[in-house]
Amino acid sequence: MKKIRKENSAEHAAFLRKERGKTVFTVAMQILLLLTFFLLWEFLAAREIIDSFIFSSPSKMWSSFLSLSESGELWRHVSATLAETVIGFLSATAIGLALAVILWIIEPLRRILEPYIVVLNALPKIALGPIIIIWVGAGKGAIIVMAILISVIITVINILNGFLSVDKDKILLMRTLSANKMQVLCKLILPANVSNIIAALKVNVGMAWVGTIMGEYLVSKEGLGYLIVYGGQVFNLSLVMCATVILTLLAAVMYFAVLILEKLVKR
Amino acid sequence: MKEILRLENITHRYHGKSGETLAVDGLTMSVGEGEFYGIVGPSGSGKTTLLSLLAGILAPSSGEISRHISPQEIGYMLQHDHLFEWRSIEDNVTLGLEIRHSKTEENVRYAMSLAKKYSLGDFMKKKPSELSGGMRQRVALIRTLALRPKLVLLDEPFSALDFQTRLNVAEDVRKIITEEGITAILVTHDISEAIALCDRIAVLSKRPARVKKVFDVPMKKALSSIERREDEAFAALFREVWKELEFTDEKDTKGE
Ligand SMILES: Nc1ncnc2c1ncn2[C@@H]1O[C@H](COP(=O)(O)OP(=O)(O)O)[C@@H](O)[C@H]1O
Ligand SMILES: [Mg+2]
Repeated sequence: MKKIRKENSAEHAAFLRKERGKTVFTVAMQILLLLTFFLLWEFLAAREIIDSFIFSSPSKMWSSFLSLSESGELWRHVSATLAETVIGFLSATAIGLALAVILWIIEPLRRILEPYIVVLNALPKIALGPIIIIWVGAGKGAIIVMAILISVIITVINILNGFLSVDKDKILLMRTLSANKMQVLCKLILPANVSNIIAALKVNVGMAWVGTIMGEYLVSKEGLGYLIVYGGQVFNLSLVMCATVILTLLAAVMYFAVLILEKLVKR
Repeated sequence: MKEILRLENITHRYHGKSGETLAVDGLTMSVGEGEFYGIVGPSGSGKTTLLSLLAGILAPSSGEISRHISPQEIGYMLQHDHLFEWRSIEDNVTLGLEIRHSKTEENVRYAMSLAKKYSLGDFMKKKPSELSGGMRQRVALIRTLALRPKLVLLDEPFSALDFQTRLNVAEDVRKIITEEGITAILVTHDISEAIALCDRIAVLSKRPARVKKVFDVPMKKALSSIERREDEAFAALFREVWKELEFTDEKDTKGE
């Protein structure tokens, strides 16, 4: 929207007003939808139309939340999960990017490893859970390894594909300017793939959450995934729902952080 | 005229899994210093291959290439401008200097002076997408010239432009290259473009490329390419070149 000129005509002002009106309406409806959902839920539970033992209710979730935060446990769980996810997310992206660069530079290695990468990508990473636990131990390490494993292969594949789809003639141009391979990488391949790498970041944010929660299901003594599993085992659905809602909020915040990063980079 | 480049009996084959392609076969040619040399051939005849051989990007299967200049002194301009969208025009122009680690103040000043001279001075901070096709092609030329080449190879540099722009940009490019005293080899499948711009024109056979005939262009070098198009010798030469080319081109509908 940066190309709009300063001297707005009345017609343009009217247009802007209308656009703003649309935005306000959309956001209002979105909030209303959410409110309705929770109010309806609360109402149905209060009238015992749905069984609040199974479905919980917003007010029960709220009291779950309060008791968790009063005991200070909430922060412990949230910070554990958050740390695992962020570390998993950053390492998976960094490792994936580094591997893609190496495979781009060393073409024979790319040819040799291609079938293995394809097969590893097809493998459901959760199957590796027991192996990881035995190798890394049943702790945070295993969770982070899970978070990394789940997204690193697809990161390599996506980023490498982006590298390989850079216009051959642009590479020819670089060669006519007598660029070496490293210069082609740094001055052409990487800058041409900025949006591709950010797309990988976006995917990995989601994947890191999946990996972390899965890891916590398997091994942990703390974290939101642990709360959810524990809550399920003792049939405390309010705890499960409360942890799930917090998880949703955190995942959304991290996703938007990546979106902001994207805006900053693309400017 | 001092010779700058000579090809002696050059042959080039491409090797693919499904077989080999003979792209150039026993080609001999010689280009003089300061010349604007045209190469005309039907599409797929091996023109791009020939330029890659000249530039040293490809090595010939057999034959001898003697260059009286170093490969570093050869500039190459491709069909598309390939400006990098994430760089400003200024940074695109100095890309070659950066790559060759010769981005000295003096060289940058020279590049900027070229840009200014050919009316791109006001656009240095802009992004390529903000420029017209003709301007982008001029930027690409200046990116090449910033390295102070003695010889530039032009591979159908105007074919991606619309007709009107093409005439203007062709004239600009000719003027820039002549004024800077650079030798040029222009590859094209457009006969009139070759006659309007070049001093000599080699007509290639269809693939595998061989020089069929070399024409001297009679018009004065001082005339602009537009004036050359209006010269009476233009039509006569056009017919001769066309006959030569048409003959080789018959029934060859295979694309590039
Ligand atoms: N990298 C390549 N591998 C195999 N064959 C090629 C390659 N480049 C060009 N050719 C073939 O060589 C012939 C000449 O191509 P080219 O030099 O691009 O022709 P022109 O530039 O005159 O259109 C064509 O038949 C083309 O298919
Ligand atoms: Mg070509």
